[in-house]
Amino acid sequence: MNVLSLRGIRKSFGAHVVLRDVSLEVAEGECVVLIGASGSGKSTLLRCVNLLEVVDDGVVELDGQDITDPRVNADEVRSRMGMVFQSYNLFPHLSVLQNITLAPVRVHKVARAEATEWARAALERVGLADKANARPDDLSGGQQQRVAIARAMVNSPRLLLLDEVTSALDPELVGEVLDLLQGLREDGMTMILNTHEMGFARSVADEVCFLSDGVILERGPAQQVLGAPQEERTQRFLSRLLH
Amino acid sequence: MTAADKPEVWQPSPIEQQRAAYRLRQRRRSFVVATVSTIVVLAVVVIVLVTSPGWDRFQSTFFSPHEAGVAFPMVLRGLWTNIEVMLVCGVAIAVWSLVLAVLRTLRGPVFFPLRAFAVVYVDLFRGLPLLLVVFLLGLGVPALQLSGLPTDPLFWGGLALTLSYSANVAEVLRAGIESVHPSQRAAARSLGLSYAATLRFVVLPQAVRRVMPALMNDLISLEKDSALLAAIGVVDALRQAQIRQSLSFNFTAYVVAGVLFICLTIPMARFTDWYARRRGFQGVGGQL
Ligand SMILES: Nc1ncnc2c1ncn2[C@@H]1O[C@H](COP(=O)(O)OP(=O)(O)OP(=O)(O)O)[C@@H](O)[C@H]1O
Ligand SMILES: [Mg+2]
Repeated sequence: MNVLSLRGIRKSFGAHVVLRDVSLEVAEGECVVLIGASGSGKSTLLRCVNLLEVVDDGVVELDGQDITDPRVNADEVRSRMGMVFQSYNLFPHLSVLQNITLAPVRVHKVARAEATEWARAALERVGLADKANARPDDLSGGQQQRVAIARAMVNSPRLLLLDEVTSALDPELVGEVLDLLQGLREDGMTMILNTHEMGFARSVADEVCFLSDGVILERGPAQQVLGAPQEERTQRFLSRLLH
Repeated sequence: MTAADKPEVWQPSPIEQQRAAYRLRQRRRSFVVATVSTIVVLAVVVIVLVTSPGWDRFQSTFFSPHEAGVAFPMVLRGLWTNIEVMLVCGVAIAVWSLVLAVLRTLRGPVFFPLRAFAVVYVDLFRGLPLLLVVFLLGLGVPALQLSGLPTDPLFWGGLALTLSYSANVAEVLRAGIESVHPSQRAAARSLGLSYAATLRFVVLPQAVRRVMPALMNDLISLEKDSALLAAIGVVDALRQAQIRQSLSFNFTAYVVAGVLFICLTIPMARFTDWYARRRGFQGVGGQL
């Protein structure tokens, strides 16, 4: 069964229709990459999936459950997903370790000792075992981003939403995060991610979706969409990126 | 203009219509629950009051309509003094507290004397009870009989309010200034803005917005505390009520004054709420 399925998602802000009719299926262990111009609604789509925005129309299903139903408990649904924001959004008043243990302890009611163990494992995983007691402000951008990823994946979510996790990073750090995501994918993590980095998209994507005018205009395997796009608008978007 | 911006007809799907209907039902239900519980609580309060043994006497000494009619114009005239005090002192406090707050946030050894002055000032005036400052300035200074100084209790009382309140407000502003993330200063300085320009155009606007609810709260307190000037003979709303009560031996004038004070503060409180909810109020942060 699909981990996530979107049907006919519509979302507007006032008169500005950002998403018109978006449908998408994400299978277990799949990594879907959303590309599209700035302002095309990539972040908005992820926020709708995470229930941070209420959709105007359409259905979002997580593991077959309609999570856009107003009767569902949004907090419970969100606790089954992880989200990583474009600008990290770490909590500056907590240490790195506390950032990661907050949800296990407060939401999932895991014993603090166990949560700390999980957090240390997650930090180990993102290569920051030595930064457990640092403050987020004392870390570099790439390190903060990796902490944010550790925070999102510590509860073994069903689905990881990653919003331009590399846009604030230099190429070397992009490689770092890329390796990390590659590893997660090999572990079978289901992911949706937004990016402007086509090289990055090519190397992690099972499927690439090009978002334009509020719909997914073109989708398919990375080589096909990025290498030989069928739609004229996709071609224009990609050629502008390459030059 | 892209196709997505074009106005188009959109029919909500059946599932969306169901969701909208469900949300509407939920809203209606909450509204009914809130209304019913409010009515029940009010009814209980009224019944307890009206059936209490002393109700008749209580009503005639505190809620006499005749007394209210006589006291109202007097108290209203006095209230104008409170409003004047609030407006004039409000402006003076804004200026003086801002100076104090900025002095306290100056860095570098050169500014030590200024910083020390601000610290001592704030410690002093925050520690002194307001009524004491009002007495000291309003009764003490005129008693010195220094020539050339005003003798009007209104002036000295207003000064006392300004000096005391500025100490509190300066601390609120300082908290706001220090809550602006250093990255904002860095960004402003990187554009070539001077320290002062950074403070003026980047830090203070964000700081003031953030502490606006606290500042409005202080303004409302100031309006109430202006009644303390009655203690040094300023004829304000409270003093007028006192005068009337000493003639009629009826407390209704105080109730009238109280109601008028509340009528002034409620619009200010709602304005504060509205201001706090305004978009963009949250100040800086990351992107979502
Ligand atoms: N809360 C909001 N209120 C009003 N408009 C919004 C809001 N959030 C997003 N928008 C608008 O929705 C559109 C899509 O925004 P979104 O952030 O999803 O774009 P994006 O594809 O993620 O862009 P980028 O690649 O630059 O991150 C933009 O035009 C934006 O102005
Ligand atoms: Mg975005």
